Amino acid sequence: MFKDHLKKISSTAIAMIIFSLVASAALSSFYFITKSPIDESDAKAKRIFLNQVIPADLYDNNLVKDTISVEPTPLLGNKRNIDIYRAKKNNQVIAVIIETVAPDGYSGEIKTLVGIDQEEKILGVRVITHKETPGLGDYIEIDKSQWIKNFDLKSLDKISEKKWAVKKDGGDFDYISGATITPRAIIKSTYKCLLYAKENKKRLFTS
Amino acid sequence: MSEIKKIALDGFWKQNPGVVQLLGLCPTLAVTTSMINGLSLGIATAIVMAVSNASVSPIRKFIPTEIRVPVFILIIASLVTIIDFSIHAFIQPLYKALGIFIPLIVTNCIVLARVESFAAKNETTSSFFDGLFMGLGLAMVLTLLGGFRELFGKGTLLSGIDLILGPSASNLVIHFFGDYHGFLLAILPPGAFIGLACLIALKNRIETR
Repeated sequence: MFKDHLKKISSTAIAMIIFSLVASAALSSFYFITKSPIDESDAKAKRIFLNQVIPADLYDNNLVKDTISVEPTPLLGNKRNIDIYRAKKNNQVIAVIIETVAPDGYSGEIKTLVGIDQEEKILGVRVITHKETPGLGDYIEIDKSQWIKNFDLKSLDKISEKKWAVKKDGGDFDYISGATITPRAIIKSTYKCLLYAKENKKRLFTS
Repeated sequence: MSEIKKIALDGFWKQNPGVVQLLGLCPTLAVTTSMINGLSLGIATAIVMAVSNASVSPIRKFIPTEIRVPVFILIIASLVTIIDFSIHAFIQPLYKALGIFIPLIVTNCIVLARVESFAAKNETTSSFFDGLFMGLGLAMVLTLLGGFRELFGKGTLLSGIDLILGPSASNLVIHFFGDYHGFLLAILPPGAFIGLACLIALKNRIETR
């Protein structure tokens, strides 16, 4: 009786092991086949994205590879180390792209990339991820509206601290009524990002 | 031949996974914010269903009954991961758009349901067609629902088609109203429930005639 049970159990276990082995083999071979295309397409997507923030004709280095790692700092809102991309021309850093987290979106964090040139002017801002209400707060995406281009060429010198706000709060920035929390969060995080670039100018722009 | 016809009729109409069996509601409700999203996830699901049905059926006699569910899940999960890798490697924008929902096909009950109730009992050819047509039936519902929600929510159809066919396809997007501010409810999750309910009601109405 006991022997019969044992036989049955072990044959079932062996069947399970064989199926697992076959599945693992299939998965790992597919992983290796697709690994380099995946890396390539990720890097390509990243490059296209970074080029929206800093135009490709301004620099001549491999932006995706040329990064410095930055520890968590309250001005950028990052909780882990993040990479700052440096755009160089003739080995001179001409602009940086900084990942910035706005913690106070309408529903959670909004991550943006901010491109800043060596005169501390904004070259461009793009939203990487957000959880804002679709159809309402998502006009911060470039696919949905041109709003995010409001930041282009703005700087701390041109706009005083008080004007870094939506028009409703006495600032310089447009917004869509019914969704003011979202732009407020981004304006604040972009402003803080500029402060960060000013304070760390030496570190960011020395080649 | 008539058997395959019967399977197709079941998948698209009589036993449609989306509006009759009501299985696989997680993607049905979550992804259908636009027609293209619905269609692409639908097609991905159909591929998974056809392939998993076709691979379970020939080995069904070797799978001990006690462990059939874990083995089925193992096979489905591996196939989904392979498809996930492939989309990530070769159709990056689509990967970005569908994101988390491709791995979620594993948890879609309809895939396991068809393997368990059909592929485990039938020949390989008919199992393959069962998976394919059930999947396409679901894809049809996802596309319709996505189309309705997109039309009412944003006033467009086919937005995001450029993610699949390349940037030149973006002029295929149809804008119905010049200055449409959108109807938020249709895009939010409740809109998915209401839309699905309307589809089920419509199907039942045609049926009772």
